[in-house]
Amino acid sequence: MTQLPQSTERKLGLVIDLDTCVGCHACVIACKGWNTENYGAPLSDQRPYGDEPMGTFLNRVHSYEVQPEGGAAQTVHFPKSCLHCEDAPCVTVCPTGASYKRVEDGIVLVNESHCIGCGLCAWACPYGAREMDQAEGVMKKCTLCVDRIYNDTLPEEDRVPACVRTCPAGARHFGDFADPESNVSRLSAERGGMDLMPELGTAPVNKYLPPRPKDSWDEDSVLAPFLEPVVSDAGGFLGWLDKQLSRLPGDTHREER
Amino acid sequence: MHPATSVILFTTLSGVGFGFLAWLGVDPSPPTGLGAFWAFTLAFGLAVGGLIASTFHLGHPERAWRAFSQWRSSWLSREAICAVAALLVMAVYAAALIFAGRHLPLAGWIGAALSLLTVFTTSMIYGQLKTIPRWNTPLTSALFLSYALTGGALLSGRITAAVMLLVITALLQFTWWRRGDSALAESGSTLGTATRLSDRGTVRSVAHPHSSPNYLMREFIHVIGRKHAQKLRIIALLLTAALPILILVFIPAPTVALALAALIHLAGVATARWLFFAEAEHTVGLYYGLR
Repeated sequence: MTQLPQSTERKLGLVIDLDTCVGCHACVIACKGWNTENYGAPLSDQRPYGDEPMGTFLNRVHSYEVQPEGGAAQTVHFPKSCLHCEDAPCVTVCPTGASYKRVEDGIVLVNESHCIGCGLCAWACPYGAREMDQAEGVMKKCTLCVDRIYNDTLPEEDRVPACVRTCPAGARHFGDFADPESNVSRLSAERGGMDLMPELGTAPVNKYLPPRPKDSWDEDSVLAPFLEPVVSDAGGFLGWLDKQLSRLPGDTHREER
Repeated sequence: MHPATSVILFTTLSGVGFGFLAWLGVDPSPPTGLGAFWAFTLAFGLAVGGLIASTFHLGHPERAWRAFSQWRSSWLSREAICAVAALLVMAVYAAALIFAGRHLPLAGWIGAALSLLTVFTTSMIYGQLKTIPRWNTPLTSALFLSYALTGGALLSGRITAAVMLLVITALLQFTWWRRGDSALAESGSTLGTATRLSDRGTVRSVAHPHSSPNYLMREFIHVIGRKHAQKLRIIALLLTAALPILILVFIPAPTVALALAALIHLAGVATARWLFFAEAEHTVGLYYGLR
């Protein structure tokens, strides 16, 4: 049924830490690897070894440059997958009931045997989280690895989405946002978790943690006092060496500020 | 947005087909016998032809029957139901006129209402999408209905109504374009809100996720459409309204004038519909630093 549930018992989702993400794309590969051989149709590729290779991905990493006024530019890597919105516009537009949001955990899924491949849900999603598989003709999207997180045959540490499990930087976190004490709720509260395009009223479950502010050259260094020379006028052999070396040209020693 | 031929054909042909059916339904003295046969063949041909064309872009057209199930939330589902209901009621109305020479005004009015409702549901599929600010306005519905009524008036031979509707449609189309040009900016969505990084500086896309375009870029980012947009708009206005009006006013033979005007008008509608898709900006484009 493509009407959205009034509320869901749990709100499973991801916290993505833009401060920590190094843009390695490991989550993209882990996602493709797991999801091409598990839930639903495989994620096909077109011309994988030809000109303009193209394929279905449920997670993609963008890279942005943020240029502050008068400061140094900052690179922000930006992984993007389904945000499992509470008010998911992709679900309500579906004419067949193939798209649905689960009452028990809030995961937005596609029943691929009912999907007619009209593509309207991809049009309704502001984030580009849904992709039509070019080989299968059905809509593919992040399942939050629904076939991992409840999978008793996997070791417990693997019962998280593949992207979270693989992230070498620890930039991705999985949990239940309905529980205010969960790891993701606390992280989001502490670090000011953000909704993407809040003006569209989709109420995303996934939150993005903003990059922490960078220090600047003008600020006093915390460590500088500890790095002051302990002995300013060295005597003995070292004193002699210092004097002799200072006489030679090519000294690149910078004047202390 | 990618201007898919199947969807342009569908909205153009079905629009005028249902518009024609609506005029036939409310006609106080509709044609009977062979005249009715040809009129309804044309109307049903356009409406059904367009609907069939729309299934060409589906990944699984064999499951299209499932689209009748979600009328509570989906405008696409509502459209499917309205279209079939309109065609069924109008089939009864048409059969009575063709085979029995009987006029069933009640069936005609219900069929006409359902036909226009079908056009309205089609327009809402596009008009409801917040992701495409250019479409996200009640004006989209007014525009689609206006086009349907205009094309229908031409095909049903109502010269005075057609000329008036041609003027109204042209004005609506112009207004819709004018609003559309600032719609994305006024929606407030930018790369800054898409990434939520705008409070720390100017955000710029430096690397797309993959080295070559993907489904999202093909579907949502269509740059060529805007290159010749102004020229195409003038061509569309000439074909949809200006030429048909001149033909209707200055060619004395009404049948010839109507046929010619309708054909040129349809070519114009197809041009305008191509622009409708090609010019539309989707919020996904923001993530790619493109429109």
